[in-house]
Amino acid sequence: MAEEQLLLSGDSPWSGGVSPFGVKWNKLMMWMFIITDALIFAGLLASYGFARLASDRWPDPAEIFHLSFLALMTFILISSSATMASAVGAARECHWTAATRFVLLTILGGLAFLGCQAYEWASLIGEGARLSSNPWGVVPFGSYFFVLTGFHGTHVLSGVVVLAITAFRSATGRSSADGIEVAGLYWHFVDLVWVFIFTLFYLI
Amino acid sequence: MAVASSAGVHHEPKSFMRRYIFSQDHKIIGIQYFLTSAVMGVVAGLLAMLIRLHLAWPEAKWPFLAKLFPLGMEDGLMKPEFYLSLVTMHGTLMVFFVISLALIGGFGNYLIPLQVGARDMAFPFLNMLSYWTIVPGCLIMLASFFVEGGAAASGWTAYPPLSAVEHAIPGSGMGQTLWLLGMALFIASFTMGGLNYVATILNLRTHGLSMMRLPSFIWTMLIASIVGLLAFPPLTAAAVLLLFDRHGGTSFFLPSGLFFGKQVLEHAGGTPLLWQHLFWFLGHPEVYVLVLPALGITLEILPTFTRKPIFGYRMTVYSLCAIAILGMIVWGHHMYVSGMSPYVGEFFAIGTLSITLPSAIIGFNMLASLWGGSLRFSTPMLFALGTISLFGTGGLGGIFLGNATSDIQLHDTYYVVGHFHFMIGGVTLFAIFGGLYYWFPKMFGRMMNEGLGRVHFWLSLVSFYGLFLTMHFLGFGGMPRRYFEFSKFNFLAPIRDLNVLVSVFAFVMGATQIIFLCNFFWSIFRGAKAERNPWKAAALEWTAPSPPPHGNWGDQLPQVHRWPYDYSLPGAHEDYVGQTVTPGEAKFSA
Ligand code: HEM
Ligand SMILES: [Cu+2]
Repeated sequence: MAEEQLLLSGDSPWSGGVSPFGVKWNKLMMWMFIITDALIFAGLLASYGFARLASDRWPDPAEIFHLSFLALMTFILISSSATMASAVGAARECHWTAATRFVLLTILGGLAFLGCQAYEWASLIGEGARLSSNPWGVVPFGSYFFVLTGFHGTHVLSGVVVLAITAFRSATGRSSADGIEVAGLYWHFVDLVWVFIFTLFYLI
Repeated sequence: MAVASSAGVHHEPKSFMRRYIFSQDHKIIGIQYFLTSAVMGVVAGLLAMLIRLHLAWPEAKWPFLAKLFPLGMEDGLMKPEFYLSLVTMHGTLMVFFVISLALIGGFGNYLIPLQVGARDMAFPFLNMLSYWTIVPGCLIMLASFFVEGGAAASGWTAYPPLSAVEHAIPGSGMGQTLWLLGMALFIASFTMGGLNYVATILNLRTHGLSMMRLPSFIWTMLIASIVGLLAFPPLTAAAVLLLFDRHGGTSFFLPSGLFFGKQVLEHAGGTPLLWQHLFWFLGHPEVYVLVLPALGITLEILPTFTRKPIFGYRMTVYSLCAIAILGMIVWGHHMYVSGMSPYVGEFFAIGTLSITLPSAIIGFNMLASLWGGSLRFSTPMLFALGTISLFGTGGLGGIFLGNATSDIQLHDTYYVVGHFHFMIGGVTLFAIFGGLYYWFPKMFGRMMNEGLGRVHFWLSLVSFYGLFLTMHFLGFGGMPRRYFEFSKFNFLAPIRDLNVLVSVFAFVMGATQIIFLCNFFWSIFRGAKAERNPWKAAALEWTAPSPPPHGNWGDQLPQVHRWPYDYSLPGAHEDYVGQTVTPGEAKFSA
């Protein structure tokens, strides 16, 4: 065993002294954080699936939500992912003004999404939907609606805060392309989660 | 040979605050975790003593306790709801705030950078934040004893409806809310720590330290961190839902037709089974988060005190991975009696029984590591042997719980209590003690007292078996767990007096730990001076000074040329060869 160990020291990325995936630790950590955060959503979505399968009737989402409005929200959020990618691209080429502008655009997209969500919540609450009850008769429907979209909305909000800090740092010349990229990873993740919620809660 | 480090030498902060309180040095943070765990351990242990005091002499009055807990022990007589709070908080504190803190927070922080040849964790600030998140968590848990209604009383598993309906029992009120808050802080802290550990182990290994040269302890920490990071999020989701059930009027875990205080509750549409699934999806992997690092510590101690390489390193690594993967899909074995389709039950039973294979492989590898070695029975080695013994006995008992057919008989009896104390109470505790005796010289530059260590070991071992092995038999006799009072059940009459014996062993076990605490704190200041490598061990951490300075390694990072278990190499001068010794040096010089 010992001799074999002595021969083993090659130059493979796993043999120590370098990062095996060729990424810095902060990006590695963000990836892992995203996985754990994704699993929180997975837990919530699985619970929702559990409740929906267990209930003998479930309201038809198409009758309750305005799907065209939701498509608009989804479009806004996905566009903000595109502006985020442009920000990273600009930062890579050291165009800091452009990078800052793209980050600000992304923030704008996030805020617009949150505004739409607030409007959606307000109109549903106006129709009588509450955490504990709703006019469509299936209690978990309303509860899961508010918890899932609320939890996602909180993520968007915290993403906006992170981006605001990023924009400030980039505008004052204290940011790096890597920093913007790591913040961007989180933003793309928040957008991706929305696609799941949109599909699993609103569409089917 | 050494490699220049890009980071250079770290400069030690001068002020007391930055150096010892809000320190970013992994070694200080590790010791902070140990001390916190010790304080919480004393509290959780005293709670266990109270439980045993009551079970042995249920009718006796303890006036001095009435002063301490005027509500729970009115006139010195224990109230049932207080008993439930005791059991709940003892379990919660022990699992999350004692064992996890010591194994993951303490050993993890202290050893990972030293064993992978790094100067510190990948993100020292986050590491500090992780510790200072757990402190309020501890305080909130302790404070919950003194709020209205007392501490949480729904068990460490926090099953609804007790945990969801605020006025179900006294502990379901404010105490349960604080319990959730404390757990949220624990999860946040664990997540920060886990991210740091994985990033450090993957990215900061020094030159030459390939994955297959990693110390077993680092492997177990890597796997335990990953398992924890994957298993805790669903519990977070469950905690969010439970919080809404408690304070938002939702019914995620509450079915319709629930009856409390002569009144039907308004809830509808949920199911308590959902909580059980989400909880045990964490709960079972959490057992491995605790047990794997304990095995890792044992695997570090064995080669040093047998003077031979550990047996079957690769098989052990593969088995650890297998345990981690299988461990994620067997949570249902805690729910055999919760109303589960027999087919699903069979799936979970087969999964559980297949975990015994990799577990047995690790156990036999540990035994085979002893074979043919020149054994030295110093205190760390005694505790390592104790760990192996408890792992064997506990593992054997677990087979009967993994199997649905027998578990249905044994579920929620003292058999279960005996079994899980062997695994998450004994294996972990003995490994923690072994590890502390072993790395104490590195941490404080002094030795712990051997004589006291041996007394501590033998008393602990004997009382542990007397305490928890006997509980298995109480379980066979049908004694249920989490019960306040047994004297009214006729079928328990033949075994009722065994409870006195169990309690006496419990008190011996508890008192024995005082010996350890005295030894520990006395040795920090008065122990014999330790040199750099008092056990003549081959692993990397022993090449650093005792205690290692800020930044660990002078101005150059060490370069590694071999695995940490090169003992009794033919042709070498000494019976161990340190990890930094080059192949040429090993052959021709000492
Ligand atoms: C001196 C040592 C200890 C003694 C005497 C002791 C005793 C007890 C007793 C009597 C119970 C109550 C059983 C019941 O009624 O269901 C209990 C529960 C428990 N103990 Fe310990 N224990 C000790 C150490 C530990 C340690 C080190 C752990 C580490 C994880 C631990 C974890 C637990 C857990 C998880 C529960 C279950 C709580 C619940 O039912 O919710 N104990 N212990
Ligand atoms: Cu389990």
